[in-house]
Amino acid sequence: MKFSIRSVLSQAMQGQTGWKPQWRNPEPRAEYDAIVVGGGGHGLACAYYLASRYGLHNIAVIEKSLVGSGNVGRNTTIVRSNYLLPGNIPFYETSLKLWEGLEQEINYNAMVSQRGVLNLFHSDGQRDVAIRRGNAMRLHGVHAELLSRDEVRARHPFLDYDNARFPIMGGLLQQRGGTVRHDAVAWGYARAADKLGVDILQNCELTGLRIEGGRVLGAETSRGYIAARKIGLSVAGNSSRVAAMAGMRLPVESHVLTAFVSEGIKPLLHSVITFGAGHFYISQSDKGGLVFGASVDGYNSYAQRGNLPCVEDTCEEAMALMPALGRLRMLRSWGGIMDMTMDGSPIIDRTPVEGLYLNGGWCIGGFKATPAAGLCLAHLMARDEPHEVARAYRLDRFATGRLLDETGGGTNMALH
Amino acid sequence: MRLTCPFCGNRSIAEFSYYGDATLTRPGSNAEQSAWVDYVYMRDNPAGPHSEFWYHEAACRQVLRVERDTRTHTILSVQTA
Ligand SMILES: Cc1cc2nc3c(=O)[nH]c(=O)nc-3n(C[C@H](O)[C@H](O)[C@H](O)COP(=O)(O)OP(=O)(O)OC[C@H]3O[C@@H](n4cnc5c(N)ncnc54)[C@H](O)[C@@H]3O)c2cc1C
Ligand SMILES: [Zn+2]
Repeated sequence: MKFSIRSVLSQAMQGQTGWKPQWRNPEPRAEYDAIVVGGGGHGLACAYYLASRYGLHNIAVIEKSLVGSGNVGRNTTIVRSNYLLPGNIPFYETSLKLWEGLEQEINYNAMVSQRGVLNLFHSDGQRDVAIRRGNAMRLHGVHAELLSRDEVRARHPFLDYDNARFPIMGGLLQQRGGTVRHDAVAWGYARAADKLGVDILQNCELTGLRIEGGRVLGAETSRGYIAARKIGLSVAGNSSRVAAMAGMRLPVESHVLTAFVSEGIKPLLHSVITFGAGHFYISQSDKGGLVFGASVDGYNSYAQRGNLPCVEDTCEEAMALMPALGRLRMLRSWGGIMDMTMDGSPIIDRTPVEGLYLNGGWCIGGFKATPAAGLCLAHLMARDEPHEVARAYRLDRFATGRLLDETGGGTNMALH
Repeated sequence: MRLTCPFCGNRSIAEFSYYGDATLTRPGSNAEQSAWVDYVYMRDNPAGPHSEFWYHEAACRQVLRVERDTRTHTILSVQTA
């Protein structure tokens, strides 16, 4: 059913009794032309673009749990393309452009809100880095504005402007950045892919890969063997475990990242603000809760929950930026497992196994990448060559030295 | 998560810094480049028991070798490294 004023009104007349499930719940077929492993944002987007732009129709997405139960439903919903490196900016800008047209394209309200992303700086050095980043963006045709301390203050009077240790000196603003309702992204892509004939197989875990003579033949799953000559892996924090099924070791460690939400309040924060003296980001959801987070805990974890020092650290940063937050109660916190690469940038590439493709290593910032990662993985699977904006995301760059380290954090995960 | 340091006793994780996978061995100076790539960048990253180094930075300043289950954060053992 198409969502429109008409469908909403006609449902209102019928007492909302006519809504149907948003996608089918099919039995697995014996064989598909392509299987995407992982029903997160990236996997679902990939299936949708394979069907809508690359003409494949016999496709399955296999998801070990429920669609949207992974990081796509756990993140802090920030989207932006304010990157520094030439290998990154065109990719994230492609993604932001796809966000801008997504809701019309898939007929689904994903609450794309370009409320602006403001990165604050607190020292002369940080200001210079912000200017450099803004210039790099503009050279790639992506708009960025430098705001003075007074301009920041006029927009956001409730930040701590008297903080002697971390004075707010100004900020770099990307007005086209903002937030997107994360669950709706998973549901919207799932519905749109299903409509094009994609089978979304939930509670279907990949348990092994059948590989012969260096080529992939199919997937062993908890719902039986499914043949496919093209398989795309898109399992976020579980990338290493799944790659191990093909005998691969990855330049990846899995770490837990925690997000927090406060009780709901009236509109206060009208853009995304990041605190540069640590690593902290905050926005207000449309329900009114303040949504915020900081860095990964910093040790290997598959536990989907963090520890208290991270809670304390996040709250300290919150108070340093916005003391009024101390008056609010924190409602909930939760964790997700991040596939942290050794340079902080992702991988979208072929693997040494023919027909097997990898999309992973998204670290703490893969939500904003959802449309472009899906598109680029679809391109790679359909054409067997990288999409032009994802050429830098090679698996072999760690051996060739072509690293993409935005932060200069090296192999220390807590620094990305 | 708390660690029982053999020198200092049971302490908050906030006193320690994580030094990562303890199973990696530094290649010899004549090793192939691929051995270095493996050592610097590649990880087993297991879901389950993991050997790792923790540095007791805020107290005795010893590096400890910890076995920990990455699925539950259960500490299986702590030894001096
Ligand atoms: C707390 C937090 C805050 C974040 N904030 C932001 C942010 O503000 N902005 C941003 O851009 N990014 C953010 N991220 C990162 C972002 O959420 C992820 O990088 C992104 O969602 C990963 O892609 P995905 O949606 O496909 O992952 P997921 O939704 O995790 O999808 C992977 C799926 O694979 C499935 N799977 C795993 N193993 C198997 C198997 N063997 N067989 C079948 N299926 C399997 C999992 O069940 C899961 O559903 C945040 C992440 C967290 C945890
Ligand atoms: Zn000690």
